[in-house]
Amino acid sequence: MKVDKNLCDVCGTCASVCPVGAIIIREFDIVINNEKCIKCNKCIRVCPAQAITEE
Amino acid sequence: MHSKINSFYDIVVIGAGPSGSVSARFAAENGCSVLILERDREPGIPVRCAEGVSHTGILPFIEIDKKWICSKIVGAKLHSPNGESLEMYNNGDGYVLDRRVFDRALADLAVSKGATLLTKADAIDLNKNDKGEITGVKFKHQNEIIDINCKIVIGADGVESQVGRWAGIDTSLSLSDIDTCCQYTVNNANFEDELCHFYFGREIAPGGYIWIFPKSKTQANIGIGIGGDMTKPGKGPRYYLDIFMDKYFPNSSINYMVYGGVPTRAGNNFVKDNVLLVGDAAHQVNPITGGGIVQGMIAGKFAGETAAKAIRENNISKKILKEYPNRWEDMLGANQRFMYSIKNKFMDMPDEKLNNLVSACKKIPQNEFNLYKLFKETIKEDPVLLAKLATSFVVSKLKV
Repeated sequence: MKVDKNLCDVCGTCASVCPVGAIIIREFDIVINNEKCIKCNKCIRVCPAQAITEE
Repeated sequence: MHSKINSFYDIVVIGAGPSGSVSARFAAENGCSVLILERDREPGIPVRCAEGVSHTGILPFIEIDKKWICSKIVGAKLHSPNGESLEMYNNGDGYVLDRRVFDRALADLAVSKGATLLTKADAIDLNKNDKGEITGVKFKHQNEIIDINCKIVIGADGVESQVGRWAGIDTSLSLSDIDTCCQYTVNNANFEDELCHFYFGREIAPGGYIWIFPKSKTQANIGIGIGGDMTKPGKGPRYYLDIFMDKYFPNSSINYMVYGGVPTRAGNNFVKDNVLLVGDAAHQVNPITGGGIVQGMIAGKFAGETAAKAIRENNISKKILKEYPNRWEDMLGANQRFMYSIKNKFMDMPDEKLNNLVSACKKIPQNEFNLYKLFKETIKEDPVLLAKLATSFVVSKLKV
């Protein structure tokens, strides 16, 4: 998963739906741990800014 | 080590929103040493909130002060998909807050009771001993990584809660149990009716609604929440909000925009060992309205008092800490579950049924019409929901 930092508002909605805890907020940025990610795409669907895409 | 802070506190609260500050205040008031860690440079920013709250809801927690009140609300106006509308005045008065000022006032109150607030303090993990017991919090403060020991952690870290996950509580939401939201603060328009407006419809806000919360006679928070499972590529919440703005407010100016997520599940899993979750982190939000300020403060009071009792009795066992979820359940459990079933009913309604619902409610005399009459109309053909409504009236001691 890839976050477009120009679109992202760092609201954390993506982190709230991640079933494996692969998304955290750190230093005012969304950080996605792609090794943990199971590619369920929930974060892509829920992101209000539509800032997340598949790599 | 930062000079203001100690290496040990009875309780560390993570997050200085309303639920965190109220937790800290009640824990401190009951004799505990409390540290609040806030990631941002001050409490209350950024504001990801429509800022509406009921008068009776906030009264137990802070003296009403006009410095954090933007406007008074006397009722609500519901707009059905076909453009019919329905006014409702019998739910008590409310306010649209200035959350920046309100959140600071709550944090100040906690500090005045003895809590310590540290801003720019980003919690990054919970520390554990060899037995796996949680012994403290690791956080980043400017360039330093700091470890603080404590007996109890209260996670008030919002919808994205990391504290719950660190403690082993599954806080992940299904897509249908979160609303994905976008809000504009709009200027140069006319909001003189002292009403909050809600617009429903599959085309308007699938799985959610659009709200208007007036902050003054010319400014309002206008936002949308749609079901997390209702988005499509290129059609997130902002897509629908822009259509609405073009239709109703083509000439007003948009000052700010925020995105956010609102949990719409009745949370029930918010304690593990010596970690308590409160507020959005515990999904303590009214599933229908999305309002969470008052729920978060109620939870904060219960969590703060319970944590303080455990510290005072030097007994951080499940038996004592369970008092927090038990008190929540007694006061709001049935109400939250009922709201959740109503939410699912509402959100599944085709536009035609929503139109019929508004027409039916319009026949109820204005001075008798309230939220519960609306719900009664909603569930008329559903005996299971009717039973839940009855239970919630009996069990719930407070309607939020």
